[in-house]
Amino acid sequence: MTDIEVRKLFPLLNQDIAYLDSAATAQKPQCVMDAVAEFYTRYNANPMRGLYELSLSATDSYEQARQKTADFVHAKQSCEIIFTRNATESLNLVASSFCERFVSEGDEILVATSEHHSNFLPWKKYAKLHGAVVRYLDCTQEGLYTAEMLKNALTPKTKIFTIAQISNVFGRVNPIQEFAEICHEMGTMICVDGSQSVPHIAVNVQELDVDFFAFSGHKLYAPMGIGALYGKKNLLEEMPPFLQGGEMIDYVSKEKTIFAELPQKFEAGTVSAGDAWGLKSAIEFVESIGFDEIERRELHLTEYAMKQMQEIPHVNIVGDKLPENHHGILTFTIDEVHPHDIAEIFASENVCIRAGHHCAQPLHILLGIPSTVRASLAFYNTDEDIDRFISVLKKIRSQMGYE
Amino acid sequence: MNNRTFYNEILTEHNRYPAHKHSMELPDFSLEGVNPSCGDDIVLNLKVENGIITDGSYEGSGCAISQASADMMLDLVIGKDVKEAQELADIFMRMIKETVTDEELERLEEASSLQDISHMPSRVKCAVLGWRTLNEIIDKNIS
Repeated sequence: MTDIEVRKLFPLLNQDIAYLDSAATAQKPQCVMDAVAEFYTRYNANPMRGLYELSLSATDSYEQARQKTADFVHAKQSCEIIFTRNATESLNLVASSFCERFVSEGDEILVATSEHHSNFLPWKKYAKLHGAVVRYLDCTQEGLYTAEMLKNALTPKTKIFTIAQISNVFGRVNPIQEFAEICHEMGTMICVDGSQSVPHIAVNVQELDVDFFAFSGHKLYAPMGIGALYGKKNLLEEMPPFLQGGEMIDYVSKEKTIFAELPQKFEAGTVSAGDAWGLKSAIEFVESIGFDEIERRELHLTEYAMKQMQEIPHVNIVGDKLPENHHGILTFTIDEVHPHDIAEIFASENVCIRAGHHCAQPLHILLGIPSTVRASLAFYNTDEDIDRFISVLKKIRSQMGYE
Repeated sequence: MNNRTFYNEILTEHNRYPAHKHSMELPDFSLEGVNPSCGDDIVLNLKVENGIITDGSYEGSGCAISQASADMMLDLVIGKDVKEAQELADIFMRMIKETVTDEELERLEEASSLQDISHMPSRVKCAVLGWRTLNEIIDKNIS
């Protein structure tokens, strides 16, 4: 695909900006926005409630979206996909319901230190509630986790290990399949945050053999407000509901409640069916481009940016030296210049990048850096975006009064 | 907002070569101020005799705006009485809200170079960190 063909698909990008914050949220193609409008124009009624035609079509489109999502991550059955608002809600759901059912006094939960706060705080909360201990698995300065490190950290008491497939700071892919095997040998479950991986690489939850896999739609070109949790059916069936309310029950009386079957058991209240229809469209969009093309474009852009960044004095890239271990995530610091001043200078040139701890404060503490700057790419970026980024990057120190 | 004017020489010089960024032996008052949005974290130290701020310093780390603003503030308030320092803090805060007269602005001397921060809402907390901490010390202990 040429740059011009790609850019045409994303109306927002047709203005004077270089959008390099796709790890925070991706821009939306026109087809996704059209799909949301289509749902509300043609199918809108409360799914699963009414017996009339329109409600049935709302239910049908919502379930089609679920099937599409299940196929996208290669779940065995669509009932293993629970729709949520975002990855944060998905991870809160697992932490809450898994701990309630499987974690008790004296157990351990192992959390990778590089996790986003959304895969960190829920485990802390529910571990405490059930008398369990959270232990942490530290990575190297380059963001590397090895099988050896994991084996040393697991104990017979470890009920679950949680880690991102791709960290939002390093961009490196963790060997999830190998980790799942190690965990399962120890009788430990594995939960994976796929927020940063699903937009960039093909995911097959059955091959990876993960027990839970969470992701957001909005980083995958879908609307904000829709996310998903994949869970193995046998585990989800045993776990109690997360939220209680409408349409997640089979029977309720004053004395007795019988919860609905999967997946409705975990989807209390009116769902975001329009956004689910948008997610379906986003997945079809990604499939039409293909991960071969997405990876080819993103690796080219990452290489093109990193090569130039590595030549600029006082610019330090966080993580590995090789572009293939970044997946479009370029986290960096500049000697003596605070990340927020860096971001401000980029902003004044309409280059959208992010500064701060990227919701991964424990990792920044481990690395000994209070905060960093992150430029993150998607396949819709171009060499011109990178050129613009590099030209601003080159002059930041001089603008701040340094040689 | 053009940074060529915002990150001007006054700001970058105060950030690079701060006059008042050092520790202080036996300050009369010492208070930590934190701005979680940038991770700015300073400790402001003051010596006060007979209602006059005789010396001041700050320690810590943060973005250029927070550090330079604290340095400019100390340039301005050292040697002044506490009441006048409060007035200046009030003017500074109103400068950010754009409710300040030209005459008042002049009283802020170099600190008035931060006027354009009013157009940068995400950085206001950085600019006011030193002033806010100064106000807290005065409110709690002196006035």
